[in-house]
Amino acid sequence: MTAGMATPSQSQLRELALTEEEYHHAVRQLGRVPNQLELGMLGALWSEHCSYKTSRRLLSQLSSQAPQVVVGPGENAGVVDLGEGLLCCFKIESHNHPSAIEPVQGAATGVGGILRDVFAMGARPVALLDALRFGELGDAAQRHRFAKVVAGVGHYGNCIGVPTVGGETYFDAAYQGNCLVNAMCVGLVTAPRLLHAVARGVGNPVLLVGADTGRDGIHGATFASVQLDEGAEERRPAVQVGNPFLEKCLMEACLELAGSSALLGLQDCGAAGLTSSCAEMARRGGVGIRLDLDNVARRELGMTPYEVMLSESQERMVLVVERGRVEEVRAVFDRWELRSDVVGEVIAPEELQITAEGEMVAQLPLRVLVDGFLPRRPRSSRPPRVERERGAAALTGALPWTLEETWLRLLASPNCADTSWIYRQYDHQVGDDTVVLPGWDAAVVRLRGREDGLAITVDGAHRSSLLDPRRGAQLAVAEAVRNLACLGARPLALTNCLNFGDPDREEVMWQLEEAVAGMADACRQLALPVVSGNVSLYNDLSGASIPPTPVVGVVGLVDDIRRLPGPGFAAAGDLVYLVGAETAGLGGSELQRLLGGRVLGPPPELDLELEGRASAAVRQLVCEGVARSAHDCSLGGLAVALAECCVAGGLGAVVRLREGPIPADGVHDLLFGEGSGRFLLSVEQGGAGRVEEVCASRGVPCSRLGEVGGDRVEIRGVAGIPLAAASAARREGIAGPMAGPVL
Amino acid sequence: MTWRCGIAVFPGTWSERDCAHWVELAGGAPVMLWHAERELKGVDLVILPGGFAHGDYLRTGAIARFAPLMAAVRDHALAGGPVLGICNGFQILCEAQLLPGALLRNSSLQFRCQPTHLRVEVSRGPLLSGLEAGEVLQMPISHGEGRYYAPPEQLRELEAEGQVALRYCGPSGELDDRHNPNGSLLHIAGVMNREGNVLGMMPHPERACEPILGSEDGLHLLRAAVAVLGPR
Repeated sequence: MTAGMATPSQSQLRELALTEEEYHHAVRQLGRVPNQLELGMLGALWSEHCSYKTSRRLLSQLSSQAPQVVVGPGENAGVVDLGEGLLCCFKIESHNHPSAIEPVQGAATGVGGILRDVFAMGARPVALLDALRFGELGDAAQRHRFAKVVAGVGHYGNCIGVPTVGGETYFDAAYQGNCLVNAMCVGLVTAPRLLHAVARGVGNPVLLVGADTGRDGIHGATFASVQLDEGAEERRPAVQVGNPFLEKCLMEACLELAGSSALLGLQDCGAAGLTSSCAEMARRGGVGIRLDLDNVARRELGMTPYEVMLSESQERMVLVVERGRVEEVRAVFDRWELRSDVVGEVIAPEELQITAEGEMVAQLPLRVLVDGFLPRRPRSSRPPRVERERGAAALTGALPWTLEETWLRLLASPNCADTSWIYRQYDHQVGDDTVVLPGWDAAVVRLRGREDGLAITVDGAHRSSLLDPRRGAQLAVAEAVRNLACLGARPLALTNCLNFGDPDREEVMWQLEEAVAGMADACRQLALPVVSGNVSLYNDLSGASIPPTPVVGVVGLVDDIRRLPGPGFAAAGDLVYLVGAETAGLGGSELQRLLGGRVLGPPPELDLELEGRASAAVRQLVCEGVARSAHDCSLGGLAVALAECCVAGGLGAVVRLREGPIPADGVHDLLFGEGSGRFLLSVEQGGAGRVEEVCASRGVPCSRLGEVGGDRVEIRGVAGIPLAAASAARREGIAGPMAGPVL
Repeated sequence: MTWRCGIAVFPGTWSERDCAHWVELAGGAPVMLWHAERELKGVDLVILPGGFAHGDYLRTGAIARFAPLMAAVRDHALAGGPVLGICNGFQILCEAQLLPGALLRNSSLQFRCQPTHLRVEVSRGPLLSGLEAGEVLQMPISHGEGRYYAPPEQLRELEAEGQVALRYCGPSGELDDRHNPNGSLLHIAGVMNREGNVLGMMPHPERACEPILGSEDGLHLLRAAVAVLGPR
């Protein structure tokens, strides 16, 4: 075996994302000096991306305990039971750094990676969603990045034939340097076909299938665990290139094998490539794996063992197969014209042994490689600035526009606007199961042969998180639950993606701690188990961190897909109700962003108990068929939500928000203030009694605001806009700026 | 006896299961035909479904046309057997020269997935004679390369021979650029061969087969075709 190296220099260690302390920790545990390959493998698996060494202790607050949970965090994806032997498998993951540098491939391979996580469980992917963040669209470079990321997400999903059914996109100057690209995948599998990423049975062969191994993506995991800097463009070779066609074949072959007893374990080859996939499979099985690198098919000549072990070439899977049944497994890959090679075997010692040209080139115990990292506990502190900003007035001075102009400008904000510019580039219908299309509160994918369907949403909160990261994370969870309630869906479980800056900055570490605590709290109160997740730290550019951006994906069940409410007001004469919380404020609001000021003021109010009751009331009214439309009041407040319901239904409305005169200083809060736990419902005249009854029985405030009808969106005594103007504003919010030149 | 509908599956095809669902709803029996096979297993109708056959590398449909199965599809077509190409299947039929013209990158240079209206232009051939000319159908498109192109004289010939099968239109059949989603010449969404037994179309009838999916017009199209093909 290659001899250990002399103590590496600091710059060598930095390249591997290892500190000197970690190096000595490795030497101590191994009882010897690791060689360069071993050090590279340790650096990759001990990176934040693979080990969660900073966030792990926090994440233990998130509970996955619930009767419907089949598989919690720790596998490729979380799994919940949908009844009748059907399981739903899902996860969200970030691909932020690669997308900042090479937006098309970065976004595309983000989608490719999350798809593999789901079909690695034996599940057929049935839906993709994305959560995206960019800088303001006034900037040509941001338009370019946005256009390319959308093209990349679309390219992969469209080509592989999995519908992209929903998502959310926000534009804020705070993401100028670091865009965020989070992708979620949902799959379905029947219980007997569920696979696990585990190595079992000494002597069983280990196969590598799919793409050949190349030099692309080496150090991807470590790259994801350091800040981007001005020279980041030079890291482009660390971004992988995706081949969705290959992945489509790989997916079909793996799903064909999922029912076979010959296949014992399946794992995606993602971050840190063969090193992490083999180490994790063996660790889960309490065994070891010996790999013979001479049998790994290469894309190029002269690759060193180091490059082979750390390559992040896409579209590769690792299989553990029952001894003697390799040929039957290979026949399936042959039929799909895919490469498959036996590259190693399961061994009894719990270690990863690597041989090349007949020699042992690395030998690492799994307790060191997988579990031996040093947990990090960076200092955290709340900066005094936060207190000042929370205490400041949310809006200062008069608006530069009339109320009507402000209203239309909010509707034309790309954050409130019609998102069809994005989703018409995504195939959202392949599979014939998307029964609620993108662009509304949540998407619905039906379950064949059943009356119920999956409702899926992704939501995040970053402006409120700047003011109060704990509240922000709670708001994200609450919004997801509200979005599902609008379709009448019961939430089943949650997956999260925590996008934060450099945790070595005390403020960022504090934000992370607060956000995880807030999320844990909200999930507990709303009875939502957390079944999978991902942490993306070091989202900084030149010392500036992104706002704390917790993103959640929630999957729920709609009992009867034939009783889904429409995406807007249904008929003239219907009554409009506001259900839920009564308070709203402008701290961190979209209006504040529109005015171009700093994020200031108290964060939006949130009463998690009321939130739960209000969602339950809305769910009941939708399921009973009383609510003909239901929409969550979020960005832009009540005025924007009302206009959205009107535009979606093609009908105006006349409402009164309050009896008596409205004080001049309260009108902005009333119209554009944002708060949690609020819904706009419309019901037939005859349904009024039922709305009031259900709300009263659940202790949820509700008020009748007015009626659907006419060609204006009219708030009596305050402001009114023509329906046509509201439609035009929403239509132009994203499409307008995107008609401008890109780089 | 139920009619049998062959559905071609190339590596990269993704609407074969949607097509099978559609065929079943229309009362037929779907039969999957693997690209490497050389026989059509006695099916009555062949569907080349949507997807990215062979990754659409080189050019859409350019590799798929060489599949062993395509030789059998050609024989079937030349013998007058009905063949329907949807989306990628249309692209493959053009590459195989079973249909005239070509499908180029959308004029927006972007992928488009959206609902469209289609006007039935001719009521002839086994696949369309069950419908009436002028009838308007609603079904979605989902493609990046669907801009129909043919040289001017060929376009004239297509019109003269009644080979323009479907055009993108507004809800009441009006033809204008606003309702043309990809920049197709003469708003062409589908064409047929001179004999009328081979039809290619970019929109997805298999996605318009149930009210809950937004339209049933695709089912209408298939049922009308089967009615013309006659009972077994």
